[in-house]
Parts: sequence; C-alpha cells; structure tokens
Amino acid sequence: MKYALLIYGDESMQADATSEQQMQVMAEYGAFTESINEAGVNLGGEALDSTGTATTVRVRDGETMTTDGPFAETREQLGGFYLIDVPDLDEAIAVASRLPGSKYGSVEVRPVWDWENNHPA
Amino acid sequence: MGLGEQPSSLSDHARALDQVFREEYGRVVSTLIRHVGDFELAEDAVQEAMAAAMVAWSSGVPRNPAAWLTTTARRKAIDRLRRAQTFARKQKELEYLAKLEQVEEDKEENVDSLVQDDRLRLMFTCCHPALNQEAQVALTLKTLGGLSTVEIANAFLAAETTMAQRLVRAKRKIKQAAIPYRVPPDHQLPDRLSSVLAVLYLVFSEGYSASEGDELIRHELCDEAIRLGRTLAELMPDEPEALGLLALMMLQHSRATARTSDGELVLLEDQDRSAWDRAAIESGVELLDRALRRHQVGPYQLQAAIAAVHTEAANAAETDWKQIRLLYSKLAEVAPSPVVVLNSAVAVAMEDGPGAGLDMIERLAGDLDGYYLFHSARADLLRRLGRVAESRAAYSRALELAENSTEKRFLVRRIQELG
Repeated sequence: MKYALLIYGDESMQADATSEQQMQVMAEYGAFTESINEAGVNLGGEALDSTGTATTVRVRDGETMTTDGPFAETREQLGGFYLIDVPDLDEAIAVASRLPGSKYGSVEVRPVWDWENNHPA
Repeated sequence: MGLGEQPSSLSDHARALDQVFREEYGRVVSTLIRHVGDFELAEDAVQEAMAAAMVAWSSGVPRNPAAWLTTTARRKAIDRLRRAQTFARKQKELEYLAKLEQVEEDKEENVDSLVQDDRLRLMFTCCHPALNQEAQVALTLKTLGGLSTVEIANAFLAAETTMAQRLVRAKRKIKQAAIPYRVPPDHQLPDRLSSVLAVLYLVFSEGYSASEGDELIRHELCDEAIRLGRTLAELMPDEPEALGLLALMMLQHSRATARTSDGELVLLEDQDRSAWDRAAIESGVELLDRALRRHQVGPYQLQAAIAAVHTEAANAAETDWKQIRLLYSKLAEVAPSPVVVLNSAVAVAMEDGPGAGLDMIERLAGDLDGYYLFHSARADLLRRLGRVAESRAAYSRALELAENSTEKRFLVRRIQELG
C-alpha cells in the first residue's frame, strides 16, 4: 500500500528560526530520511519553496486564470499531486492548465526547493 | 557665468545627471538583468555604476551614457559575484560569472535591437500574471521607471517598509519560481500585453485622480506612466492598443491643469478649455489616428476616442454627445462593465435629458452601490430634475464613500448649493 505523507507547518516559524534551530531541524529530517531509506519504504519526496513563490492556476470556460499566491479555498481539499520538470514557470502553468483538476478545482504550482542554489530552507 | 552662480551650476550638473539616470535606468537595468539573470544583483550593480558616474562624469556626460553605465555595472556585478564566491560556491552564481566574463560589448549594430528587446522583456516580466497587480505596479516603477522605494511608497500612500517587502517578495518569486525573462510568444501576447497596459493605466489613473490623500493629481505618476507608455508604443509600434493607451493618457492629461482651480475640483463641463494643453491634444489625436488605421479596435482606443471628442468641442453643450454615446456602447461590447454603463448614462443624460440618464443609472444600483461616482452622478441628475431631497441624500452617500479630500470638498459644496 502506498501513502503520501503531506507535511504542514507554520512558514513564519521557519523564517524566524535561528541557523542553529534550522540545522537541528535539518538533522532531524536527515535522520528520518535515512531511517525510511533503511526500511526500504522511501519512494521519494521534496521540500517545497515557501507559499510566497506559489501560483494558483484555474481554468474556467476554457480560459486559464492565474493568481499570485497559494491555494486558499477551504471548500476544496488536496486530492493529489504531480511532480514535473520544465524550464520555467510559463511551462509549468501551461502543464497545470491541461491538468483536469484545474478545470474542476484549482492547481497550486509551487517550486521544489533548490538545494544547490539556496541556503537551507 | 558669474562667481555667484557657481552653486547653482553645481546643482545644475547634479540635476542633469539625475535626468540622465532616470532616462537611462530602465535601459541599463534591463540589459544587466539579461546578462546576470538576477534582478537584485542587476539593480545593485547599476546603483554602484551610477555612484561611480557621479565622480567620473564630473567634467561631462559621455556620448553614450547607457553604454558607459552598462559596462561599468557589468564589472561591478563581476566584482560582487567574485566576493560572494568566497563565502559560498553557489552553482548559479558561478554560471552567471562565467557567462558575464564572456559577454563582450554588444556589437555596435546590434545594440539598439538588443536593448529594445531588453526593456520589453522587463515590462513583460514585471507584469507577469503570476505576480499580483500591486507587485506588478511596484516592480514596473522600480525597475523600469527607476523610482526609489520611498518614491513609490509615497505615490501610493503606503508605508516604505510595506513597499520594500512587496518588492523583495516579487523579486524573490521571479527568481525562485523561475518566471522567464522574455517577450511572450505570439499566442500569449494579447493576454500578456493587456496586463502590461493595465499596469501603466493604473499608474496613470492613480496619478490623475488619486484615490486617497489631499492632492487630486499626482503629476509624477502621470508623467511616469506616459513616459513608460511612450516607450511601449515605440517598442511595439504595430500594437494599436499600445498606441491607444498612450493617446488616452495624453488626451486625459491635456486637461490636468484645468481640472483644479485654487486646489478645488472643476468638472469637465465647467473647465476653462483654453487651459487645455493643445500640443498634448494634437499628439494624442495623431497617435489615435495611427492606432485606428489598423482596424483592431480595443478598449484603450475607444476611451481615447471619447477623450478626443471632448477636446473637439468649444464647450460642454456643443459636445457631440451622440458620438460619445456610440463610443460608450461600443466600449460596453468589447469591455463590458457597470462603470462603462454609468459613463454611458451620463452621455445619454446630456443628449436626451436627465430623466433618460437617470433611468439607466437606477438599474446599476446593485452593482455600484459602493462606488462614490455612481452616487454623485445620480445626485447630479436628481438635482437637474429638481428632486432636491433625493439629490441631497445621494450626495451624502457619495461623501461617505469618497476618500480624496479635494473630491470630498467638492461634494460638500454641491450639498450646500442645494440649499
């Protein structure tokens, strides 16, 4: 049986954390990842960039509408996700607008955290 | 030049430099962004280059100030990246550096087209629909207009820290979410161009009729919007709506000085038409003619046409209201909105009498109850029909909703005149 583990938390706490606190959290995540790797149950996962970098895509009457910011409609619930690799946000929005979910609800496009070019989240 | 004039000649020099910086900022920063791929780094490097220019240009501005600033800024960017490397060997920064060191001076014959493309790229990136409109406006004024954060905050009566955060967030999103730096492909162009036009017109409108505060007109915002609109119209001479927007702004702005008298609001019908800027009207009408010849009518061309009809009349009574009404109904077709119907109703009232206009206006109550101009237009028609008590109530409602103090004083005067 496959399960998705969706991680929720307060971004502002992360942003305000000292670098020591951040290192500690990183270490905890490192240990967790190792433990599920050893158990052979890890199928993959990514850290996401903050909601400030999110764009919400909806398609209504065949027209693509984009909104700056994360998905914020309490009447809708998370129903699934795709991970895609494309050159830029325009391409990501184009793919998102073909996703049936953007027609029936909304699709939040959030960059995956880029470890190579950023300090720890 | 006498000795006594020396201080003023120094400040003349400073003013001349300021003028050059403002003119060239968007050009230089947009090219630097293409070179370094990073807004923050490009802006910082251009700031440093301008500081260097203050010293280097003390005996005179070079023949091509933009080229001087671009070359200097690129060197400053290289210095910054080298310094950053010693702290962290970041992949992206190493790539920028390798690329930057390869960038040769743009070949003389290519400079114009490359740089023009750069400013267009920057306009489309700043007005990308993945950024909210407030961020689009702030970013456009900052990076293309070269306005400081304080100037933008003052223009929109926002706190400087709020504006600074808005800019930081927008730039971070462009970088982290990889918003591309390019002019969109043809199939996306109509949509994307309309968001660029909307941002410029929003800047202009906020300047022309400030939604809050004491001053009715903030000329610096109007001037900046017209300057950017002119750049856009030069860069996209085949886009009739870009020409239409510039025409609209010039025609509206031609009435700016007549719109207030001793700080008080003067309505179109009462304005001293000899104070209208005829040169601006001529250029506006010429631009509009150029746009209309392309036979792709759009909302900005129609609004410019309406403004042009007003400028042709010697006074309010002689205005071709029938023509204005036709233009509004065309506008309602291409860009339907209750505000367009409201304006159309005012034209109907001028042509067929206040009763006919009022009938149209009453039907908008559901949509426009929170809009002060709906109540003031309604009050005016009620006044003309002699329905004084209702008129007073409508003016009072308008007064509750208005936020600009010049407009509030105007409404108070109207209420007093009702007796």
